[in-house]
Amino acid sequence: MSLSVAPLVVSLIVTNRIRKYVRTSILKHWEQPLKYALFLSVMLFAAEVIFSETEVIKWVWHAYLIAIIVFALKQDELRLLRMFIVAFIPFELFSLLGDLTQLINDSFFKDHENYFNNATGFSFFWMAAILYSQNRQFKAAEKERIKRQHEDELNRAIAIRKVELEVLVAERTSELTEQKEELENALDELRATQTQLIQSEKMASLGELTAGIAHEIQNPLNFVNNFSEVNAELIEEMQEEIEKGNMDEVKALAKDIADNEQKIKHHGKRADAIVKGMLQHSRSNSGIKEPTNINALADEYLRLAYHGLRAKDKSFNVTMETHFDKSIISVNIIPQDMGRAILNLITNAFYAVNEKNKLQRDIERSENRQGLPPYQPTVSLRTSRISPTKGVAGKVKISVRDNGNGIPQNALDKIFQPFFTTKPTGEGTGLGLSLSYDIVKAHGGELKVDTNEGQGAEFSIILPV
Amino acid sequence: MKILVVDDERDIQTLFEQRFRKEIKEKSMEFAFAFSGEEALTYLNLHEHETVLILSDINMPGMSGLELLRQIKEKYLKPPPVVMIITAYGDAESFDKAKQLGADDFLTKPVDFTYLKEKFKQS
Repeated sequence: MSLSVAPLVVSLIVTNRIRKYVRTSILKHWEQPLKYALFLSVMLFAAEVIFSETEVIKWVWHAYLIAIIVFALKQDELRLLRMFIVAFIPFELFSLLGDLTQLINDSFFKDHENYFNNATGFSFFWMAAILYSQNRQFKAAEKERIKRQHEDELNRAIAIRKVELEVLVAERTSELTEQKEELENALDELRATQTQLIQSEKMASLGELTAGIAHEIQNPLNFVNNFSEVNAELIEEMQEEIEKGNMDEVKALAKDIADNEQKIKHHGKRADAIVKGMLQHSRSNSGIKEPTNINALADEYLRLAYHGLRAKDKSFNVTMETHFDKSIISVNIIPQDMGRAILNLITNAFYAVNEKNKLQRDIERSENRQGLPPYQPTVSLRTSRISPTKGVAGKVKISVRDNGNGIPQNALDKIFQPFFTTKPTGEGTGLGLSLSYDIVKAHGGELKVDTNEGQGAEFSIILPV
Repeated sequence: MKILVVDDERDIQTLFEQRFRKEIKEKSMEFAFAFSGEEALTYLNLHEHETVLILSDINMPGMSGLELLRQIKEKYLKPPPVVMIITAYGDAESFDKAKQLGADDFLTKPVDFTYLKEKFKQS
């Protein structure tokens, strides 16, 4: 007799394997019954040892093993273990076949026992081989499972991080939106301030002009008053002559009175034009282009700028030269804007020659340089035509030239920038040239500068006709 | 007497001719006109000894009335013409400068012609 070690081992391996499998799956509730099965296997073997009833218990083993195999194969939940279970079938079949043959025909079995034992042994090895490979596959699968678990954990961590990041992004976005709004507000404020500055620059240049305007109005008013007084005298005289019957004299006087009347009208209109010009200058941009006599406009602003500066600085004097191209009748411009641009160029030129004059006077005084020709501050205003060339329409040029100190190279590229000024703090807004530049650009023209350091500068406005 | 009036306003000529038409008719006064300091100097070079009185504005493009005054008082020594200076501003600085340069009189605009006539008669 021999103890049923092999069935015990097989039953233990199978139940334990199934138990391991269910432990990691959703079939956890099977664990307990499988524990009992393990226990049953051990009990069966113990019974065999204790009661030595191997012949009976052998059949119980067969029944038990077949029951386990059939049960395991039938369970759909255990289909992954099918290959594993199948590995035990040849062993069970051969050992069952051996035992059955022995029971039916013992002599035949005895004769061929070697074959049966070999077949059982072979099936046992086959089972071991399959189990080995199954185990390897299972380990690989387990590795894969652990890897996937890691990946899942990683993914979960990433998902958590993603949510955190999204919150962070939302926070940043709202911060940025807030900042953007703040910046937009600041920009709006800046724009408003710029508009105010432009207006105050206009008012500042108006202030500069006020004295000039007062002087300019004074002259025509003096004429109006004087000619009107003269006319009163002439009328009195005429009445005397009428009484005397001196008709030739009367006619001559009447002509004089009529002429004076014309003068009164002329100077009245002159004063009127000056006041209108002043109003136009201070008024916000009407923005309407109209045919304008550039020569008259430039001349008007030259006079205003000159008298404006004279009123402020009594010692200021300058030679003014005007060269007007009389063939330029009118150019389509916004008169108050272009007037302001020209005025800025002229006041700058005056400032330049005045600065040089002050400097020269100091030098002359300190070095006692007699005999040298004195510096004569000169500003010239010129209008000219640029005749049309191939594909380029004709243009009109308004140039303001001074013989001041010129513009140093390092300042040259900054002069059209807003707030750039060479004047002492508080004297210039630094907006004059920048505004002039904008005005000329808005007219589709160009503002050019030509300068020689120490010799002077020439600013030219070039306008399309 | 010959008077040179220097002013950049051209209608000054008509005005003076009418204001002093009696004097001109009677030939008690003779007027010449220059419209800039430079023109005045040119005129004086041609008619040096004829002019006895010069009436000049200060504010003129180019040579100012004060510069003209300085040159007249430096160059035209005999007989020194009377120079009267007119200004629109009537400020102390111009007045002092004119006096310092030897101006004989200082008038402010608007010119009072009755007063001016008196002045002419005195000189």
